[in-house]
Amino acid sequence: MIRRLLLSVSMLIVAAVPVWALQPPAAQSEYVPVKDLPPVDQLPAAPLLVAAYSFIWLAAMFYLWTIWRRLGRVETEMRALEQRRQRSGSK
Amino acid sequence: MFLRTALLVLRKDFAIEVKSREILYTTLLFALSCVLVFSIAFVREGEPLEDAAAGILWIAIEFAGTLALGRTFERERYGETLRALLLAPASRAAIYIGKMLGIVLLLAVCEVVLVPLVALLFRAELFRAPLLLVVLLLAGTIGFAVVGSLFAAMLVRARTRDVMLPILLYPMTVPLMIAGVRGTVALTHTPTDAASAVMWISLLTSMDVVFLVLALWTFEAVMTE
Amino acid sequence: MKKAFVPLLLLTAAMFAYAPVIIAHADYESTMGLVQKVMYFHAPSGMVMLISAVVCGVASAMYLWRKNPSADRVAIAAAELTALFGLIVLVTGPLWARKAWGVWWVWEARLTMSFVGWLIAVGYLFVRKYGGPGSDKLGAALAVFGTANVPFIYVSVNIWRTMHPMTTVVPTLQAGMRGAFWFSALTLFMLYGLLLTARIHLERQRAALDELYLAEEN
Repeated sequence: MIRRLLLSVSMLIVAAVPVWALQPPAAQSEYVPVKDLPPVDQLPAAPLLVAAYSFIWLAAMFYLWTIWRRLGRVETEMRALEQRRQRSGSK
Repeated sequence: MFLRTALLVLRKDFAIEVKSREILYTTLLFALSCVLVFSIAFVREGEPLEDAAAGILWIAIEFAGTLALGRTFERERYGETLRALLLAPASRAAIYIGKMLGIVLLLAVCEVVLVPLVALLFRAELFRAPLLLVVLLLAGTIGFAVVGSLFAAMLVRARTRDVMLPILLYPMTVPLMIAGVRGTVALTHTPTDAASAVMWISLLTSMDVVFLVLALWTFEAVMTE
Repeated sequence: MKKAFVPLLLLTAAMFAYAPVIIAHADYESTMGLVQKVMYFHAPSGMVMLISAVVCGVASAMYLWRKNPSADRVAIAAAELTALFGLIVLVTGPLWARKAWGVWWVWEARLTMSFVGWLIAVGYLFVRKYGGPGSDKLGAALAVFGTANVPFIYVSVNIWRTMHPMTTVVPTLQAGMRGAFWFSALTLFMLYGLLLTARIHLERQRAALDELYLAEEN
């Protein structure tokens, strides 16, 4: 119970970090082309690029892991059925 | 024969509805409550936001229509008449068309009340080009009924049918709603933008045709129970 | 065939790990700079999403009309992958848009209809999971309708000129970008093929398990 609570809280914090890090800057009152802004105000592109790339890795690995987990469950059931059949067949 | 079956199904639903008017009244009242709820979001200091009326009208039709679909098929399921309908020596597609026309009729009656009311409450000049408005509403309602009747019929036996119908129906009808709202906005423009409205109407019609063809193809295969 | 799966998976992972190197050497785009390089993942993911939606639709149609059970297995696998790659597209796109357009999201034709397509794929998965008996046919009909959305998503950027790049961009890529693009595309297509195969295998095992249960009861 405590473990589940800790796990969910830590997941929330992990999920919140990129959201907090990528918050847009304060709204402008007029349009200014990006190149005219002083360099310190321009959005850095690298974190966005890295976030996109990492997301694909994470998504693909997560999906593969769910397939592996579901497959494991099915194969465990199959083996249990097989054992039951053999036991009742040999009687 | 096909048309006769469809009209027979329509007449049956109409006869049942005329007696109690249960679905009609409750759908209408729900649409009115929707309009009330939307007024909270889309009215600022007593003045409705620009072009809000078009969106409110179409969303009220969609929400009320979803409920009406659920109720119509629930009635069939409750009375166990669905099995009788499917056992009848009639083309399944004709039964589907009959049901679909029933929904169109129900929604049309609701719209007759809803459109003047929305025009009044949100000060929208909806009646500048009344013929175009009627055609637009008809095209949108038919599209909604085509998709909705198919999904509602498919979901009749599903366990979670009440929540699944909106989940499946709303994404599918987004193109119809967008076209309907943008067409209505074009009609409420100060110089009435008839050209845009006609463009949206033709887009709606082509979507209706695509959906109708797909629905007629799949209805037979899906309703085997 | 099965033996080739793990080596191919490792190869795909290696290709994907190497992709940033190739992308870093690709030409910079003039107006968007570094963030444009998200395109090397975003565009192929979009292609895979649309291809997967079509695969799901065709398999569903075959299931509806020929009652072929293996078609149903392909359909559910393709639907899950449509949802997965759709999610990738819907996350990488806004990450690119935030820098390139200044906003996370714009309600224009392609974005809205891609979101709708993703919702339809998720709706399909919900129907299969929570629909109860008969949900296989129900889902199949839904997938057939959802496939009608696909050509619209593809063509929408050419009809409604908005900020989103048009479909002419990919065929006319310059030599400096072409290599990196098709390398990333190949990697993602291979990933799609492998994930699809794995998912269909899972579905086949489930069907075999059901057969065993039925045989035990008899």
